[in-house]
Parts: sequence; C-alpha cells; structure tokens
Amino acid sequence: MDMKNINNIPLEKLRLANRSDTSHDKKLETKPLTYMQDAFRRFCKNKGAVVGGIVISFLVLFALLAPLFTPFQPIYNDQTYAFAAPKNKIFYNLGIDFWDGCREKEGVGYVAYLKDLALGLETGREVIKDGEVEIDENGNYNYRYDTYYGVGFGKYKIISKEEYEAIQAYQNETGRQVLYPIVKYSDRPTQEKNKYDANIYYVTENPKAQTIRPKLDKDGNIQVNYWKYEEGEKSGLRADYNSLRIEGEDGVQENGKTYYYAYGRKVDGGIEVRTEYYEYYIYQHTQVKKDGITEPVFWFGTTSTGKDIFACLSYGARFSFVFAIIVAVVNLVVGVIWGSISGYYGGKIDLAMERFCEILGSVPTMIVITLLKYHMGTTSQVIVLLIAFFATGWIGMAGRTRMQFYRFKNQEYVLTARTLGARDRRIMFKHIFPNAIGTLVTSCALVIPSMIYSETSLSYLGIINLESGNTTSVGTLIAAGQQSLMKDGSAYITFFPCAFLVLLMLSFNLFGNGLRDAFNPSLRGTEG
Amino acid sequence: MYMFKYILKRLGLMLFTFSIIFVMCFVLIKLLPIPVNVMPGQDPLIVYKTLEGRGWIMNIVEGENGVWHYDRVPIFKQLGIYLIRIFRDGDFGIATTYGEYMNQNLWDVFVSHLPPTILINIYSSLIGVPIGIGLGILAALKKNKWQDQLINVVIILLISIPGIVLSLLLQYFICFKLRWFPLTMETSNDYFSWPVFKSMLPAVFALCLGSIAGYARYTRAELSEVLTSEFMLLARTKGLTKKQAIMRHAMRNSMVVIFPSILGEFISVLSGSLVIEKMFAINGVGGLYLNAITFQDYDFFMLLSAFYTLVGLTAGIVIDISYGIIDPRIRMGAR
Repeated sequence: MDMKNINNIPLEKLRLANRSDTSHDKKLETKPLTYMQDAFRRFCKNKGAVVGGIVISFLVLFALLAPLFTPFQPIYNDQTYAFAAPKNKIFYNLGIDFWDGCREKEGVGYVAYLKDLALGLETGREVIKDGEVEIDENGNYNYRYDTYYGVGFGKYKIISKEEYEAIQAYQNETGRQVLYPIVKYSDRPTQEKNKYDANIYYVTENPKAQTIRPKLDKDGNIQVNYWKYEEGEKSGLRADYNSLRIEGEDGVQENGKTYYYAYGRKVDGGIEVRTEYYEYYIYQHTQVKKDGITEPVFWFGTTSTGKDIFACLSYGARFSFVFAIIVAVVNLVVGVIWGSISGYYGGKIDLAMERFCEILGSVPTMIVITLLKYHMGTTSQVIVLLIAFFATGWIGMAGRTRMQFYRFKNQEYVLTARTLGARDRRIMFKHIFPNAIGTLVTSCALVIPSMIYSETSLSYLGIINLESGNTTSVGTLIAAGQQSLMKDGSAYITFFPCAFLVLLMLSFNLFGNGLRDAFNPSLRGTEG
Repeated sequence: MYMFKYILKRLGLMLFTFSIIFVMCFVLIKLLPIPVNVMPGQDPLIVYKTLEGRGWIMNIVEGENGVWHYDRVPIFKQLGIYLIRIFRDGDFGIATTYGEYMNQNLWDVFVSHLPPTILINIYSSLIGVPIGIGLGILAALKKNKWQDQLINVVIILLISIPGIVLSLLLQYFICFKLRWFPLTMETSNDYFSWPVFKSMLPAVFALCLGSIAGYARYTRAELSEVLTSEFMLLARTKGLTKKQAIMRHAMRNSMVVIFPSILGEFISVLSGSLVIEKMFAINGVGGLYLNAITFQDYDFFMLLSAFYTLVGLTAGIVIDISYGIIDPRIRMGAR
C-alpha cells in the first residue's frame, strides 16, 4: 500500500482489531516471586555457593552421625596403640597399599628388620606386609610395616591369677591364641630395657649388648628361646597352663624326650605372661570392658597419646558447630536489639551507645580472653571462651543493624506507619528490621567459621584448653598433631583435622559469599 | 583547618578510649590474688618487701606457722603509683613470677623482643603488598578471562585456608620434607646475618600469604569498579590510550582506598601474629605475651596489652586520617 495515500483510506474499510472497544492488560502468566524466593533463585545460580552448602551439610552430618558409627570416644586412649596408622578393613582385605594401617619403613637396619621379621614368624601375622622386602644399595631394608601387628607383645605383663584363668578359658572357647610361651628369666638378655621386652623370644648372640641381635642357626633361621620343661617336671615358678599351645598338644620332641613350653611365671603380685597385644586388646574389650570395641581398627589412625582421631574429630566437630551456633545466635539477638535501639532513636542515645561499642570493640580479643582466663581459671574453659566471643562478637551485628535502621527509618512508608498510629516497637521490628535480615543472615554464616578458626588458634596457642573428659576440639587435635608432624609417617595426625578445618572454612566462605550476593544483588563483586 | 581539628578530635577520642581500656585492665588485674612466689631457700620477707616496694601491699606482719598477713594498697592508689613510675622513671616494673625473665626489667625485655617481630612483619609486607596489588590489577584488567578466574580461585583458597594450616603446610613441606630452610628461627641477635635471615623466611612466607590474598581481592574489586565508571570512558574518548587511561585515572582512584590500608599494615607490623611466632619459634613479642599468660605475670600483661591496644588504635586512626590526605574529595569532619 502506498504510504502517501494513508489519509485517503475510506472509513468503511477500517475495522476494529478487537471486538470490544477497550483493551485490557494481559494477566501475568509468571508467578510472583517473594523476596526470599528471588534470593533463593539467585543463590542457586551461584555454583560455588551451592557446592559450599552441600559440603557444609556433609560436615554437619559427619559431626552428628559419625559418633554413632564408632565405638571409640575422645576419652579413650591406649598408649600401646599410639601412632597407629589409619586403617580401613575393606582396603586391608583387598590388599591395597593404602589406608591399610601400614606405613613405609625405609632404610631399616638389619637387626631392626630381623626383629620385625621374627615377630611376624612367631604370631603368623603380616608385620611386614605381604612379606615384601626391598634391599637398597646400602644394604638397608624397605618394607611396609603394619602398625597394628607391629606392636607385638610390648612388655612382659603381670596379671592376676584370676585373669590368667579367664584368658585360658577364653582361649579354649574361641580358639584364639592370646598367651604365648615365655622366656625363662635367666635366659633373657641382661640389659634392663631388653629384659622385660616381650618381643625378644629368640636366642641372642650377645645377651649383654644394648642392641639385641638374634643368633641364627646354620640355615639362617631364628632359634626360639622358650622356657621348656619335660613332662612331669616340677617347678615352683611355673604357672599351670591348660589351654591352646603353639607347639601342639604333643609338645616338642627333642632327643627322644617330650618338652612343653611354659606360659606363665609366678612373680610377686600375680603371673608374668607374654600376651600378643592385638589379641589381648580384643579380649580386654570384648570380655572385660565390654565397651563395644571389637577390634583395634582406627579409621583415621591414632595420635601420639593413642587417642582415636576419628572419634576425636567427630566429637570435636560437633562441639565446634554447637558452640559456634550458640554464640552466633546470642550475638545476633543482643546485636539486633542494641543496633535497633541505637539506630532507631538516634541522637544522644545513639552517640552514647556508639561510643560504648567503639571502646569495647578496640579491646583486642586476646586481652579479653586472657583477663577472663585469669579470673575464671578454675571454671570450665568452654564458658570462658563463650563469654569472650560474646563480649566482642555482638558489636559487628549491632553495627550492621544500626546501619540498616539509619537507611530505612526516614523513608515514607515508615512515616505512613507512624501516622497510622503504629508504636515504635512495631515500626522497629515489623517495618524496618526485616530489611536487615539478609545482611544479618550473611554475617552469621561468615561468623561461624571465624569463630571455629579463633577457637583453633587459641587452642593451638595453649591459651584455652578444651580437652577435658569427653570433649575435645579441632584446635586441640591440630596442636597435638603439630608436635608429632616431624616424626616419620605421622603426618596423618595433622592431616585429618586440618582437612576438616580447611573444608569447613572454604565451604562456609563460598556459602556466605553466595548468601550475600543472593540477598544483596547490588553488592555483587565489590568484595570479591 | 577542619582537617586539623578533625585529627585533634580523633586523637583525643583515641586517648580517651585507650585510657578507659587501660584502667579497666588495671582494675581487673588488681582484683586478682597477688601471686607470691617464694623460691626454695629464699626468705619470704624479701619477696613481700619487694611487693611492698612495688606499691602493691602494705602492713606486712608475720603470723604463726609461716603465714604472712598483709593489706592491699587500694587499687586506684596502686594505679597512681604505677603511672607515676611510668612517666617519671620509665619504669614498667619487673617480672615477678617464675619463668625465663624472673627479676628482669620489663621494658628492656620487651624492647629486646621487638626486632624479630617487626622484621618478619616488614619483610612479609614488602613481599606481600606488591604481589597482592599486582595480582589484583591483573585480575581486574583481565576480568572474566582465565587469568581472573585463576587468581580468584587462589584468593578464595588463601583467604579460606586458615593461617595455622597454611603455616603447618609450609613448615612441613619446605622445612621438613625439602629441607630448604631450618624448621624454626635461629636464636641469635644478629638479625641481618644470612643464616638468621634465612631461618626467618618460612615465617615471612606464612605471614605474607594472607596479605597477598587480602590486597589482591581488595585491588581487584576497587579497580574493576573504577574501570567501569564514566570518567574512564571520557578519558578514552578524549584520546588517551588504554594504558594511559588506566595508569593516570583508574589506578590513582583505586589507590585511594588501598593506600590507607597499606599504611595501617605498616603500623600493625608491631603486633605480629601469635600463631606464626609460636609455630616458627620466633623470639618475639608474641612469645612474651604467652609467657605472661602462662606465668600470670600481671605487670607484663599490663605492658603488653597496653601495647597491643595502642597499636590497634593507632592503625585505625592512621587509616582514617590518611583517607582525607590522599583524596581531597573526602572532607574529614566536615559537616
């Protein structure tokens, strides 16, 4: 159609587009979003934050559920199994050289190697994993050493007559060898430290030497040095034994005579025995203590004092979370009330309250804690820490709330509310405060990790010691781990608590940043 | 003129805050029981007389069975004595409790422990600030490219991984496994000799990682905000090259926020980090503070907490004032 003739269109050719002469706006087909829904949608777009949230929930689940899966508790410790490497039954049974309770021993001398070898030979355990040994150019030995079986017999143990009987009964019932033949007192090496070392059951080359070198026979085998007696031979020192024997029921045949090995020596206060610690441990925990522990298997290994890291970490994590949440909530409540009053009323009240906050805020946290510790040295350290974090923690919350109040209190809708007769309290908490929720939630999310971090540092510095009874904390674990960090193959003690702390801080930071962006889209990017 | 007035006002407020904290600490400390540590074989009277001489107690009477009775000097009188000694004689007291520093002059001990703390912090600032700002600039200029994303990941990691874990990792790998550095700092007063300097380095690295992350994040945020502002467009339109525009306009404007915090950092080099000093066995002020806590040395605690509070307050005030000096647009204290 020619544009020039647009005015000359005859009227009757024009027709209304719609039948009705009024046109309506279309109804919105999308659903309206509330502020929270919108924030949630923005939060979900931030992948890092979502991952952070998932990791946090895993860590919380770990803290809540892990204590249910392990019979160990932070109060448990067993010095004999100190420095036991992390062990998982599945990995061990599959024969994978990882997480199997073993650690690499490198550059081991001949004598020390023989000691491990002899231990394995007597008990039939793989003290040296799979018996695989590499000899390097210096003539030293490298092998994977099992930290559980490697404990061996420890020292000669003196037990009561009743326990001696009970262990024999247990042996008969289960067929597990707990007691092993002992070496006659006069046949043992003479050095004090070797005399009671129950791992030396073999004939030695020089019983007077500091280091004990086994005397090998002409085939290169270790010769046993057990206390043996002929059938029917009487001895006032030997304790009677009617249970499993490693030599078999018929005894050992030698020069046409039958010998038996002795399993206990009567001494002052009971009977001296050699118990394989692994079996003895099982016996102790299943028969005597009955504390649910069936076997020494430490998933995350043990510390230098023989505490189970898995249990300590999960109980410590639980404590940290509960503690941080309590402090955060208290800080939030006090900070919000303080900040609302200060921000809403303004003027002289505000000035005084601000000055107070400023002075309290400039006291270094360390000094607050030290003063509290001086004054409350005898009360629980948890309470000291709680008060200290509270004393300086709420100021930040108060400041944030105050800022929001300053922003909103002069807006028209507040004036409207006041004109309609709303009281101060209603205006403060119904009309202004909801604006601050986003910022406050975010700062809560960021305060929790910083609190856990401060607690860690304080425990590390030794200012606060939360390790008492059945409570422990991640910081205590790290501090304990650092002391044994430089010991070969003990890095795992520090690794697990550190990994927990890093994961926690990382995920909380990502999560908190995501929350902040979601609640305040205008702030995005200004703080990284 | 208002600038001068503002500074005066801030200084006055700072002194006010400081004295309140100081008096509060003093009172709280003096409310505690007085630790009387009589060495074996020492006459208790000497110890009590020393305490009397320090102005803590009076009216010493020996009771039965070696129990000594004394009255405490009123706390505010003690405060008076304490302040007079500080201002007249520069005497902060002597270490009264068991420990390494028994009976030594506190101020001398304190001053002799300052150099290591200050040195490692200065080194770490010298390394950390340029690297941090450099990374931040790079990230801002290459915004949303792979360089930016890489730097962002590094920043997030460095900020999130606690300093205690980072320093443990550093100590484990570069000191223990690789054996490049000694595990802890050498105990020597010759701070500028090579072995001592070398033994300080792990602690310096551990300290500077945090400030690298902080400055990189800060610079990136500031610079990328300035880069999107309209005057940058104007600068380009009037014919400046991109480089010129960034150097002359963007950098200067972003430094307005960053420079004060560098100043603040150089003030707080005095205080240092307790954790890192402990981990690398730096013979600095942090160790003294921990010592004062363990041995309940109250005079020492007073001196050190006054020091820490003063450093914190000064850093804050310097940051605030330097804003006004650097950027004429910010008119401090103007109504």
